Amino acid sequence: MNILAIIGAFVTLAGSIFLLLGSVGLLRMPDCYNRIQAGTKASTLGTILSFAGILLIMPGWWGKLLILIISVILTNPVSSHVLARASYHKRVPLTKATLVDKYQEEEEYIAVKDQHKEDQNNDQT
Amino acid sequence: MQAKNVFVSFLIGLIFWTLLNNTFDPLILSVGAGLSLLLSLIFCARCDVFSELKLTPVALLYTGIYLVVFLYELIKSNLDVARRVITPSLPINPGIVEVKTRLQSKMGRMILANSITLTPGTLTIDISGDTLYIHWIDVKTEDTQEATEKIVRKFEKYLEKIYG
Amino acid sequence: MVETILTTSMGIMLVSIILSIIRFVKGPCYTDRVIAFDVMTISSLAIIAGVAYLSGRVIYLDVAMVYGILSFLGVLVVARYMEKGL
Repeated sequence: MNILAIIGAFVTLAGSIFLLLGSVGLLRMPDCYNRIQAGTKASTLGTILSFAGILLIMPGWWGKLLILIISVILTNPVSSHVLARASYHKRVPLTKATLVDKYQEEEEYIAVKDQHKEDQNNDQT
Repeated sequence: MQAKNVFVSFLIGLIFWTLLNNTFDPLILSVGAGLSLLLSLIFCARCDVFSELKLTPVALLYTGIYLVVFLYELIKSNLDVARRVITPSLPINPGIVEVKTRLQSKMGRMILANSITLTPGTLTIDISGDTLYIHWIDVKTEDTQEATEKIVRKFEKYLEKIYG
Repeated sequence: MVETILTTSMGIMLVSIILSIIRFVKGPCYTDRVIAFDVMTISSLAIIAGVAYLSGRVIYLDVAMVYGILSFLGVLVVARYMEKGL
């Protein structure tokens, strides 16, 4: 019991170190896509590890902690994906170190299609 | 098909209710069953989110294997990104590559995209058809085939068993 | 022993919140601010779980749950507004 609590405290400490590394990455990365990479995902693992540590210390609270872990796993990738797509559509520039951008043609195609749809709506009204 | 949809969402609602209340008291359980049946009838009677889910034992077994593989990849790539962040020279070669997937069902594609996003180093930006556009923090190859081998294949071979 | 390690790790989480506040103030575009907001709320979830243990009240975990859902909805609303307007 006591051993389990000490292991749980160290797991929480590891989680907090991952959170710290995530925000250090948020400060150091050159453009916003790399900031999404470093920031939101290191913090996902950090939060999961913190909840798992509390779960090891207080095994009686497993229900709510399990719901918290599942909700973090489900909501975090969705929000980072939505942010990345929105900033690409807003034409936030990529960093100069970027090697390849295959998404550009697809994005131009979508922009042309939207423009076409808008023109049609204007014609109708 | 719709009965299965309602049944799966009812089951998920009941499991969450039980976890939240942390008790097996029959009164509370029956209140939760009634509420989740009502909610799943209102919200899930016409959508087809869970209709592609297979409820066979093989699919459940592969779901367990998939969770273990996914946790291993999550921890491995988190350590990799942490190493890149604390190296003083910041060794990143970012870029956006495109990969193809063989999965047909919408739910399988969504889980694949979420897994790719959750393993750091790769971030799904958009899906159109069977093409995924992925921001990769360390581009090793610009070719679509090789990138598919490196990023998608390790998750896809299990998801194919689950969703077909 | 356990309380000491937990308090230390909560202090480290507080340092990470302060670092993301720097990015929140400095960030050149909208997206950087929204990411910094996301990291701040996620770190706060971990801190709330630690406080729930230290004060011994399970009800604080419900606060963390609602807080997480609200921050997710906030990020979604801002991203949708940036992409095609409300």
